[in-house]
Amino acid sequence: MRYAMIIDTLKCVGCSDCVVACQTENDVPIGYCRDWITETVNGSYPNLELELKSERCNHCDNAPCVRCCPTGASYVGVGGIVLVTANECIGCGACIESCPYDARYQHPDGYVDKCTFCHHRLEKGQLPACVSVCPTKCMYFGDLDNPNSEVSQLLKNRKHKTLAPEAGTNPHVFYLI
Amino acid sequence: MTTSRRKFIKISALGLGAVAASTTAINMFGSNSYIDELVKQNVSKKFKRTATYCEVCFWKCAAWTYTNEDGEIKKIIGNDDDSHSYGRLCPRGTGGVGMYTDEDRLKTPLIRTTVNGEQTFRKASWDEALDLIASKFKGIKETHGAESIALIKHGAPGSHLEHLLKAFGSDTIAEPAYAQCRGPRETGFNLTFGSWVGSPEPTDIRDTKCLVLIGSHIGENMHNSQVQEMSDAIDSGATIITVDPRLSTAASKSKFWLAIKPATDIALMLSWMNVLIEEGIYDKEYINKYATGFDELKKHVSQFTPEWAYGITTIKPDVIRETARAMAHAAPAVIIHPGRHVVWYGDDSQRARAMAILNALLGSWGRRGGFYFKEAAKVPNFPAPAYPEPKWGWKEIGEKYPLAQMGITNEVMKCMLPDKDNKYPVKALMVAGTNITKAMPNKKLLEDAMDALDFMVVIDTMPMDVTGYADVVLPECTYLERYDDIRSATNREPSIAIRVPAVEPKYDSKPAWWMAKQIGERLGLGAYFNYDDFKEVIEWQLKEMGTSLEEMEKIGVKNYPRKSGPMYINEDETYHFPTDNGKIHLYSQELKDLGFDPLPNYTKHPEPPQGFYRLNYGRAPMHTFSRTANNPNLNDLKKENDLWVNPKVARIIGLKSGQEVWLKNQDDIISTFSIKVRVTERVRWDSVYMVHGFGHQNKELSRANGKGINDTELITKVFTDPIMGGTGMRGNFVAILTENPYKNTEI
Repeated sequence: MRYAMIIDTLKCVGCSDCVVACQTENDVPIGYCRDWITETVNGSYPNLELELKSERCNHCDNAPCVRCCPTGASYVGVGGIVLVTANECIGCGACIESCPYDARYQHPDGYVDKCTFCHHRLEKGQLPACVSVCPTKCMYFGDLDNPNSEVSQLLKNRKHKTLAPEAGTNPHVFYLI
Repeated sequence: MTTSRRKFIKISALGLGAVAASTTAINMFGSNSYIDELVKQNVSKKFKRTATYCEVCFWKCAAWTYTNEDGEIKKIIGNDDDSHSYGRLCPRGTGGVGMYTDEDRLKTPLIRTTVNGEQTFRKASWDEALDLIASKFKGIKETHGAESIALIKHGAPGSHLEHLLKAFGSDTIAEPAYAQCRGPRETGFNLTFGSWVGSPEPTDIRDTKCLVLIGSHIGENMHNSQVQEMSDAIDSGATIITVDPRLSTAASKSKFWLAIKPATDIALMLSWMNVLIEEGIYDKEYINKYATGFDELKKHVSQFTPEWAYGITTIKPDVIRETARAMAHAAPAVIIHPGRHVVWYGDDSQRARAMAILNALLGSWGRRGGFYFKEAAKVPNFPAPAYPEPKWGWKEIGEKYPLAQMGITNEVMKCMLPDKDNKYPVKALMVAGTNITKAMPNKKLLEDAMDALDFMVVIDTMPMDVTGYADVVLPECTYLERYDDIRSATNREPSIAIRVPAVEPKYDSKPAWWMAKQIGERLGLGAYFNYDDFKEVIEWQLKEMGTSLEEMEKIGVKNYPRKSGPMYINEDETYHFPTDNGKIHLYSQELKDLGFDPLPNYTKHPEPPQGFYRLNYGRAPMHTFSRTANNPNLNDLKKENDLWVNPKVARIIGLKSGQEVWLKNQDDIISTFSIKVRVTERVRWDSVYMVHGFGHQNKELSRANGKGINDTELITKVFTDPIMGGTGMRGNFVAILTENPYKNTEI
C-alpha cells in the first residue's frame, strides 16, 4: 500500500473548497490550515500562464520532518502517510523548519499539526475530505502499489510533476500539468 | 488568494491528556497506539445529518448538515442525489457553517432611538418590533395606499416578505438580481429566442465542444454546476475561448484568451458574425428553418470585418477568424455563454442580443452541447386568498423602460425622493436578504432616498451596512436553523430539495416566514398565513407532489422525470420557438418599433483620462457578494480585496505589492478605506481590478470592518440601459492615491 494524491492543475480553479473542507473535517482552528492554494503567474501581458493548485504535506518517502524529529513523534505510518503523535510532540518546531513545503504548523494546543490524508476517513473507505468535496474533481487519491488504480493510471498516462524535486524527498503528491 | 497560514503561538501544555492515555491499539497507522486511538474515536463519531439546501449564494445546492452528539453543527456536505449540484458544494457551501457560528450575527430585534441627541439602536422584544412595523404599515396604507410600501429582496427570505407585501396590496417589489445583474441578458435572449436564459443557465457545458466566455468568470464565480461542467469540458478536450481584458481563471484554462480592450465586446461579436456569414460557415439549415431577419443581419454585419474590429478591440484579424472557425467547427455543440453579471456599459441588452444572434448563427439553441430546454417541477401554492390588485407597482415605476421584465431597484429608490410630481411615492421600505448599499451603485441616490423614507425595516442574519439605515432591524436565523420554501431547480431534470432545521435558532433570531406571518396577522391578513408552522406548508406541498416530509427528510432531494418533452430540438420535426411567429428573431421588429436598434451596433464608450484607470470588479470563489466577508471560515480564506495593478502602471506610479493605497474616482469620490496593491501581469495597463464585496463600514462586523475597498462606493456614474433599465457600472475610472487622504481628518 502506498497512498498518493494527484491534483490536475489544468482543472483546479483555486476555489479553496479543499481548505474549508479540511478545516471543518479535522477541526483545524480558524487562522490555521493543513492545505492551501498557490497561484503562479509566468510571462507578461498578454502572453501569460497561470497555475493554480492545492498544496499540503507531500507524505514524502524520504521525509526530512521525520528524520529530524527528536522525540519520534513524527513518523511514517501505514501507506506511507507521514503523521505526528501529538502527545509525543514537544513542539520544538524542527520539523516545521525542515519541511521544504512549509506543510506543518504549530497548533495552538502546542503540538505540530499537518495533513493526515484524512486517515480516519480512509479507515471508513472514504476519500480525504479535500478530494471528496472538490467541485472541479481535479483531485485524485489512491494506492500507487496497485497498477490499476486511478492514480497509477494517471501517472502512467499524463504529464506530471512534483514540488521541489531538488530536495530529494520523493513526494507522494503529484501535479498533472 | 494564498491563505494566510501561520500565527506564532507560544508553546503551551499539551491539551490532549484525555485521549492520550488509551492503550487499545488497533494498529491501523503504523503501530502507533495514540494515532490509532484518535482514528478509532474519529471513526466512531456519531453525526446526525439533516437535509438542507445552501443559502450562502443563490444556486441553492442540496446538502446535509452534520451535527455531533452535542448538537453542534460540524460540517455541511453536498447531497449526492442532487441533479442540480451533482453532490458537491463550493467553498462557500462547505463554509456555510460559519454563517451559523459567526458571533457577530444579529441577535435581537433592534429599534432606532435617540439618546442624548445621538441616533442609536436599542434592543427590542419581537412583539414591540412587530407591533411597530404593523402600526407604521397601517398608517402608510391609510395615508398613501399599500403600494407605497416597497420591498427590495434577495434569496429565500425575500419570497416570504413578498407574500406578505402582495397580501397587503403592494407589488412595489424589486431585486438587485435584475437591474444590477442579469436583467439585460434575459431581455436580449427573450427578444431573440422568446425565452429567458434563467437561473441556472441551461448551457449544456457538459457536452459542449466549444465554450465561449465573454467577461464571464466561471471558476471565480462558483456557480456550482457551471464550474463542475466546465471542468468536465476541460477533461473531454473542449475548446474554451475567453474574451476578457483580465487573465481570469477561466482565461488561463482557455485555448484562446482574447485579451480585449475593455468596452469593445460588441465590435468583436459583430466581426465574428461577419466571418461566420462571409465564409458561409454558419448553420444554414437551422437559420433557414428557424430564423427570420437573416438578410437584414447579413447586410448589417457585412461592414464589420475583422480588420475593422481589430482597430477597436485590439484583437488581431487572424485570431478573430480562427476563433470564429473554431466555433463553427464545433457547432452546434457550442455555447456563447450569456454571462450573469452583465450590467456594464448601458448597451447591455444589445450585447446580450449579439450573443443570442451568434448562438443562433451557430445553431446552438436547443442543441446538444449548446443550450438545452430546461424544466422544473411545479410546486403548488399553499391555499390562500387571491392577492388584492394594487393600483400601481414595479411595472408602472419602471414604465420608462419598455422591456423591463422585473422591478428596477434604482427606479424604486427614486420614488422615495421627495417630488411633488411623483405619481408613485414610496414611503416605507423593507429590505430582505440583500445589502443594497453594496449591491447597488450611486450611493448618494440611495442615501437620499433612504433618508426621505417614513419608515425602513431590514431583515438579515448579519449587521450588514444597510442595517445602519433602518428604523427596525429584524434578526433572521440562518438557513441551517429553519424550514423554508421547497427548492425547485430548473435543469435537464426537474428536482426538489427541502430545508430542515438542524438546530434551534441561535440567539433571538427567527425565520423570515415567521416574521411575515407575525406582521401579516397584525395587519389582519391571517387568512394568508393559515398555518402555525411553515412545516405544515411544506407538508401539504410535498403531499401534493406525491411525496411526504417524512420521505424528504430522509432523502433531502427528489428528482423527477421530464414531462415537457425532449431536451433538444427533435431534428425530424419543426420546433416552434416561443416568440410571436415561432421563429428566432435575428432582426428585432419589437426593438425597431420601440425606437431602438433592431440589430446590435458597436458604440464607443468613454475611456479613462490620463492618470485614471478603468475600475473593473469581479468575484472571488470563496465569497458571495458582500454577505460572506465576516463569515469566520470564509474570511479565513480571504480577508480583504486587493487592487490588481499591471507592472507597467506600478513602475510609473511607484507601487509595490502589499502597499496601501486609496482610490479617487472621476467624480472626486474617495474610497472610505485603503486597499493593498497586488502587482500582477494578469490585468491590463488601462484598468485596475478588485473583488467586489469588501470595505464594510459597520463596526459590528468585527472581521470585515474596514478591510479593503467597497467598489460600489466608487461607482457613481451609472450607464442606464434604455431598453430595460439595467445600471451599467463598468464606466467608472479611478486614480490611485499613495498618500492617506484622511491623515489630517479625525475619524
